[in-house]
Amino acid sequence: MRNTTSNLTFSAGLILGFLSIHFLLDYNISTQVMYLRNVNRGVKGLHHHVYTGGNQNSTSHTTRILCWIMTGPKNLESRTNHIRATWAKRCNKVLYMSSTKTDFPTVELNVSEGRENLYWKTIRAFQYIYQNHLDEADWFLKADDDTFIVIENLRYTLSKYDPEKPLYVGRRFSPFIAQGYMSGGAGYVLSKEAVRRFNKGFQTGECTHYSTLEDVAMGKCMETMKVEAADSRDVKGRQVFHPYPPDRYVVKRPPRPRPLYPLYDYYTPVEGPGCCSDFAVSFHYIYAVQMYALEYLTHHLRPYGYKYRFNPDERTEIKTTTKSK
Amino acid sequence: MFMKGMIMGGIFCLVLSLLASFNPSTEHTTEDHHHHHLQAPSKDELKHFSHSQMEDLSNQVRVYCIIMVQPKILVYWAAAIHTWSKHCDKAVFYTSEASKALEAVDLNEKDDWARLRKALTHAYENAGDLRWFFVAQPTTFAIIENLKYLLLTKDPNEPFYLGNAAKSGELDYVVYDSGIVLSYEALKRLVNVFKDEDKCPERGGSLWNVGEEKQLAMCLKYTGVFAENGEDIHGKGLFNSKSVESLISDSMQANPTNVVEGCCSDMAVTFNGMSPDQMQANPTNVVEGCCSDMAVTFNGMSPDQMQVMMFGVYRLRPYGHDFHDLLIFDPPVGSDND
Repeated sequence: MRNTTSNLTFSAGLILGFLSIHFLLDYNISTQVMYLRNVNRGVKGLHHHVYTGGNQNSTSHTTRILCWIMTGPKNLESRTNHIRATWAKRCNKVLYMSSTKTDFPTVELNVSEGRENLYWKTIRAFQYIYQNHLDEADWFLKADDDTFIVIENLRYTLSKYDPEKPLYVGRRFSPFIAQGYMSGGAGYVLSKEAVRRFNKGFQTGECTHYSTLEDVAMGKCMETMKVEAADSRDVKGRQVFHPYPPDRYVVKRPPRPRPLYPLYDYYTPVEGPGCCSDFAVSFHYIYAVQMYALEYLTHHLRPYGYKYRFNPDERTEIKTTTKSK
Repeated sequence: MFMKGMIMGGIFCLVLSLLASFNPSTEHTTEDHHHHHLQAPSKDELKHFSHSQMEDLSNQVRVYCIIMVQPKILVYWAAAIHTWSKHCDKAVFYTSEASKALEAVDLNEKDDWARLRKALTHAYENAGDLRWFFVAQPTTFAIIENLKYLLLTKDPNEPFYLGNAAKSGELDYVVYDSGIVLSYEALKRLVNVFKDEDKCPERGGSLWNVGEEKQLAMCLKYTGVFAENGEDIHGKGLFNSKSVESLISDSMQANPTNVVEGCCSDMAVTFNGMSPDQMQANPTNVVEGCCSDMAVTFNGMSPDQMQVMMFGVYRLRPYGHDFHDLLIFDPPVGSDND
């Protein structure tokens, strides 16, 4: 009897002694790394990725976007093809506007090709959309076949506006039109009401083929029909639509006499990192390779775990003080 | 009796622990890693950890960047200073000769291999508590966060030598211009074998016209360290010797898009409102065929392109995508282009 109890107490002591030393050692040794090295490799996804669709701002309206791309027969293979393979699929609806109908598919506008007909194409395109697709979207984007668009960011930019209001959004330029006009190449967006008014303008004769400069002429009609030119910059005042590729703006250059293009800007342009919003919507003069490269940089390549500086949804501003290295 | 038991139990545990952590000295053995491909950790491996454990882990992988420069390519040197190297825990520039314009450790050495040896030795001696070493050329662009993710579950007290692994005859080596990663143990062995003029001569290589990347591989091989290819979960290489545009161009040639029938294999002719899920199921062949989402390095980018990369990597992104990553890396202090 006494032997069993003393055996039991001995065993209890053995176990307790073992466990307490074990815990003490565990606490000190970095078992995290040792545990990691013994974990089996699974072959699943790298990360848990949730697409929330960015509905933070709008509660009462949807942000369906119809994209129409201004193109022509000779560019379908070399340019438009790559748009179709990249950003066009994120539009709620996409239409490729050309002078001829093809199986691309393209919509035939009753207009011939050529720089002098760009505004005619625009007029006919918006007419076609007004007659056939007005109810399918809330916002109507016009892009060139060398424009790169980040649709998610466009949705985010537009979500703060009401598409039933007459609005016109893009890269605002100042000359020629009092309230400014939007750069054609950088892509611009008309609200549903703006599309109605644009078409009404041509029906009543208030809007005419004012100029062959498509973007200026659009600006003129918008002003005439009292469609408001919006400020599309982000909350930090950074541009969202860009009429040139990113290297034109992002790279800091030594001071030199100002070139012509920034003089068009309605808002004072910024060179260097402050040029462009993290949630940029467009870049222009983007051809084949750069189209895919931008698609890769925007939607694929990313720094794992990186805490982005710009987080508009976070209540507190991110502080750049980091833990001591 | 109880106390005796406790003491016995404690001693037993200590003995076991000592045995478990005891490794026979690896200085002289040529034990090698049987795995040639080194993959990034999967989500499954990491989900066992609490938030504070992950924060600790985020701080555990710390990288000493060894950037080899020369005054004649000052613009690249400046580009590296102002772009990606800010994300290293410690970035040291090693030059062949001093430049008045920029600061670096002047190794005063024209021979490429001798200079690399000196740089590696210096880094080893000045490592502090850093345990991972990344060697870059001036034209290399690296995403250090993705490097840290790759190295997360690897123990730097084991010998690792990785990057874009290539073969030259029987020798597996890591290509220099896409970046070379060395663990502390690998570097330690390397610095020791530098003393052996037979196995790892300082000046012999130029006689045989063997580049320093292969010299490095040979010396490491003598110490039992072998080149491994850094890959993502899908087996895609993470270390690239070309620029993004060059790789995209290659992919375009391999994945020609059909104009008339619609570009990508099983897509419908018209594209009307695909949901993100549908998009994921029909990837763009060119982009998918190009490069990993978690790529660590690119090479051959101009200084301007590196600035654009900073914007493209660290800032430009589509709103509304939450990744729920399990690590946190803060942006560097006093930087405005990331």
